[in-house]
Amino acid sequence: MLEFAAKHPDKLIDALLEHLEIVLITLIISLLLAAALTVISMKIEPVSRILIQFFSVIYSVPSLALFALLIPVTGLGMKTAIIVLVIYNQYLLLRNFISGLNEVDPAVVEAARGLGMTEMQILMKIRLPLAKRALFAGVHLAAVSTIGIATIAASINAGGLGTLLFDGLRTMNTDKILWGSILSAGLAIVVNGLLGGIEKRIGRVRQ
Amino acid sequence: MTSANPAIIFQNVCKKFENSRTNAVDHVDVTIQEGEFITILGSSGCGKTTLLKMVNRLYEPDEGKILLFGEDISTVDAVKVRRRIGYVIQQVGLFPHMTIGENVAVVPKLLKWKKEKIDARVKELLTLVGLEPEEYENRYPSQLSGGQQQRVGLARALAIDPKIMLLDEPFGAIDAINRLNLQDELLRIHGGLGKTFLFVTHDIHEAFKMGDRVIIMNEGEICQFDTPRHIAAHPANDFVEMLIRSAREQEQIFFDACQ
Repeated sequence: MLEFAAKHPDKLIDALLEHLEIVLITLIISLLLAAALTVISMKIEPVSRILIQFFSVIYSVPSLALFALLIPVTGLGMKTAIIVLVIYNQYLLLRNFISGLNEVDPAVVEAARGLGMTEMQILMKIRLPLAKRALFAGVHLAAVSTIGIATIAASINAGGLGTLLFDGLRTMNTDKILWGSILSAGLAIVVNGLLGGIEKRIGRVRQ
Repeated sequence: MTSANPAIIFQNVCKKFENSRTNAVDHVDVTIQEGEFITILGSSGCGKTTLLKMVNRLYEPDEGKILLFGEDISTVDAVKVRRRIGYVIQQVGLFPHMTIGENVAVVPKLLKWKKEKIDARVKELLTLVGLEPEEYENRYPSQLSGGQQQRVGLARALAIDPKIMLLDEPFGAIDAINRLNLQDELLRIHGGLGKTFLFVTHDIHEAFKMGDRVIIMNEGEICQFDTPRHIAAHPANDFVEMLIRSAREQEQIFFDACQ
């Protein structure tokens, strides 16, 4: 197993970097989209319910099926994978963002409104900083879930650590299977630990 | 003390909530002069808070008009109306992620005051409400007692010197001794500023102690609007009479206990 790593370090590193690339691009687009949808949801209450309902239905579709469904539309490859991952993340992010922002003490929001803050100022200066932890919990969840589901994206030629796994399974190459598993699991565990640590720190706001 | 300049006029104001069959506020006509300290007294659900919240457009009346210094507030942007009015609530609602100084400075900052002006104003206001600026400015709300928090709430509401202050049971959650102190200080603050105060309470002692005039509400209607002395001498109806009798009976308990 170590021999394999010594002989083909580039294969492992390339797969890892590719995986990180998919995850990072996905997370950036997911966050931008979720932020925009959250702002709209906070302005128009029924929109939030419709969006969460919609994305929860999509979230319940198995990822392999969703990848397959999109192939005729956007073809094979990383682009399709990222689209699917972004859509999955919307459910995790929106649910956490909207509930976090709405859970802020109603008395605090009423005071802010009574003082003459606009709804946007209440969102940016009051709800957002007070909901930091819930917002970050959503990001944490989305990051870990993206790392996991991205391995399956190798089935549509998106690259990444899943490629090692799928190759290994197809050719019965134990080294590839093991390295694929260890790296994808390890990446998820490390990122989970890091983000969990940050989340705990954010928790120490004075409430 | 009162000039003949009406600060707040309610004209035939009605408010009905969606799931209710009766009006929460029912055909209210009241004129409040500038500089008056008005208390609104009633039991819970009588419409006193609803009446108050229509003044800063947190609620909109279904019928009638509210004029502030002659201007119909429904024609003014709600945010602008609120910035002209100080607002204090029972739960205080300080912003927990901001220091005391930042809490008081919130609206001046929104209005882009210069930093030196904001700093000076924060110090002035904290001193006014009896909190030493050096000691409290950099603390967080959670480090203060309930009474101290409400002092900050008061300072925050006074920040941009509004002509009208709305106070919704501000001392409702504060223990009896601190409440008496805060009442005295609020009267002192009112006396020095010449602002119009509208103060909601369910405590008849508080209402009669604080108000130049008292509005007594029951089931959305105003039963009586007069000076405490006149109300005590000439209750307008059975409800007011009952209210005064209950207050007298309470006093009797202490009187008897002292015998």
